[in-house]
Amino acid sequence: MSEQPGDGGPIQGGPIQGGLSQGATGHGGQGGPRQAGTDLTDGEWHRLHPATPLLRGGIVLIAVLGFVIANFRERLVDWVFGAPDLPGDPLQTAYERGQIGWLGLIVVGALVIGIAGFYLSWRTHSFRVGDDVVEVRSGILFRTHRRARLDRIQGIGIDRPVFARLFGAAKLDISVAGQDAKVQLAYLGSAGADRLRRDVLVLASGLQAREQVEAEERTADALGQAGGQVPGVQVPGEQVPGGVPAQAGAVPPQQRERLVNQRMRELLAPELDPTLAAPESVVRIPPGRLIASLVLSGFTIGLLVVAAVLVTTSMLGDRLFVVFLLLPGAAAAFGYYGRRFTKSLRYSIAGTPDGVRVGFGLLSTSNDTLPPGRIHAIEVSQPLLWRPVGWWMIRINRAGAAGEGSAQSSTTMLPVGTIDDVRKVLGLLLPGLAGEHTRGLVLAGLVAREGGGFDDAPRRAWPIRPLSWRRTGTALTDDAILIRTGFIWRRLMVVPLARVQSLRLSQGPLQRMLDLVGLTAHTVSGPVRATVDAVDRERGTAAFELWTVRVDAAGAADRTQRWAAPPTTPTTPEGDPR
Amino acid sequence: MTVTGEWHGVSPKYLGVEVVSSIIGGLVLAAVTVPFILNGSWFGWPALAVAVVIGLTTLALAPRRVRSIGYRLRDDDLEFKRGIMFHRVVSVPYGRMQLIDVNRGPVARALGLAELKFVTAAAATGVTIPGLVDAEATALRDELVALAESRRVGL
Repeated sequence: MSEQPGDGGPIQGGPIQGGLSQGATGHGGQGGPRQAGTDLTDGEWHRLHPATPLLRGGIVLIAVLGFVIANFRERLVDWVFGAPDLPGDPLQTAYERGQIGWLGLIVVGALVIGIAGFYLSWRTHSFRVGDDVVEVRSGILFRTHRRARLDRIQGIGIDRPVFARLFGAAKLDISVAGQDAKVQLAYLGSAGADRLRRDVLVLASGLQAREQVEAEERTADALGQAGGQVPGVQVPGEQVPGGVPAQAGAVPPQQRERLVNQRMRELLAPELDPTLAAPESVVRIPPGRLIASLVLSGFTIGLLVVAAVLVTTSMLGDRLFVVFLLLPGAAAAFGYYGRRFTKSLRYSIAGTPDGVRVGFGLLSTSNDTLPPGRIHAIEVSQPLLWRPVGWWMIRINRAGAAGEGSAQSSTTMLPVGTIDDVRKVLGLLLPGLAGEHTRGLVLAGLVAREGGGFDDAPRRAWPIRPLSWRRTGTALTDDAILIRTGFIWRRLMVVPLARVQSLRLSQGPLQRMLDLVGLTAHTVSGPVRATVDAVDRERGTAAFELWTVRVDAAGAADRTQRWAAPPTTPTTPEGDPR
Repeated sequence: MTVTGEWHGVSPKYLGVEVVSSIIGGLVLAAVTVPFILNGSWFGWPALAVAVVIGLTTLALAPRRVRSIGYRLRDDDLEFKRGIMFHRVVSVPYGRMQLIDVNRGPVARALGLAELKFVTAAAATGVTIPGLVDAEATALRDELVALAESRRVGL
């Protein structure tokens, strides 16, 4: 961990850093003296967005305080200055006022303490990004200090809850593998969050990329200052002129108007800047299709079944009882649909040099970047009712996002899409799948009834897979295992070889009778379980052996820890425990 | 204890652990049926009989179960197998091991045995080699840790 901004590596010298500093200061003189000539990734401690206390719940306190003061102002004044000038029983009123006054004072005191607490927690909450780690320290009484290694980053997400968006703030989640193991920076300035994400990704990606980006950034900055648009920058470069100061510091009055305009732009702008991502790679989901996909989802089937059961029982028994069940149920169902809909609206996906970026959300938006090699398993599945319309959804396993409130959106890579969309998204998620040969395999994995390059289950597997034994099979590409199952609910699982943690070959009594085996590729936990339970024993055993060798080789050859680093440089410290 | 590719079995003493756990399991099953017998339910005695049969079968199969457990260290991975009815083989590449636990249960400790538990980033891996003699367990652990260190890969 280095304190100095310039000593990140031997290759990168002073001039580059100097150029960067110039670029930053020439960017419109943003921020106070803390930021002069620096950026958020300079290895110094930075504070979060000044509105953070409000956004984290302090606004409630202020609202209550305002309410209390507005309502009891006169009485407070009366109580403080005495001299009640009102009609009525003076003694009684004074007595009552005294009580109210004390109560009000206590409430106000508590609120002031609360607000001061929020303010203090903001003061003590700071982060810094060095060349190898990102650190956050927080807490007033119980101090915590969390460090995460940059090469262990599993994904970086930017969440913009609707309320925070009004303030131009965003939440940055840097997730690393493990339970509750993420570094959360809530909240940052919206533009600052984008910039920080880019910088963190650049730092995490390795030295070479960093050099490249800095060189390009300088040219981009020069272009930006010359007033020209930067067409199709390869690097996800934030080019908003006069960006919001990322943290503490008063906004100069002359900037205020610009700030408001920019706030509006940020609110209305698409989740992904079209200049940052190749437009043809972006899949669009028409809202109509999204609605239809929700209506045709498995949830709807369940709902209809439950409703049918309820109605049937209502015919037999107590009707009032059913109404009490039905109404909240319907309300909850509509809530679920609404949530799913707004969450999946404005979906976008695009490939950037630092991984796949997926954006969701209408009012509250979230936007996740998955660096290369952070996807542990992919599942393309087709709910039964989507089959006539030919839609699919894609979910992934990823380390670090499991068991969380937003897990639904962060593991869904494509809420609904045509087979063409699936191919595009798969190509983004796992570039190895974009080849000509594997494209045929993927297509066969999705829609073929049998064969197509897959090693299918033998006919005698029908007792286990009555309908789908023709389709149940596996295939191996250069960098991934493909597993295809399901005749009614069609599924294709893709597990990158380098991400397989272990392999299992299993045989139960029934499988033994049929001379079959089951194969499972273990990955980090998530919605995808890559397992196939009907493979010919001989072929399955051979596949197991082959996969084992290939998994180990792929793991050894994997360089995605520092995905853009030069391949020969041992940037990843060997034997470093996680 | 080096990379040879031979299957290693577990210590025969591990049979003691299996026997004790089978007996305890059978007793627990039998104990569940006792209230029904005291209650005078018609299925009380048959249930007890079933419990006893299950317990005896588990007991009788214990030697085979123990013999079915095996592991081998190959060039690139540790292979582990166990199970008679539900047979399974799990292969864990050395580089994927995140940590290795040495655990000793009360019976195993009395017999001087230990078990090695391998943890990878996948919760489903679930490889536990029981019934290793203490010295063998620690030696194997050190060996595997060294192998894992030298081949560590990312997640």
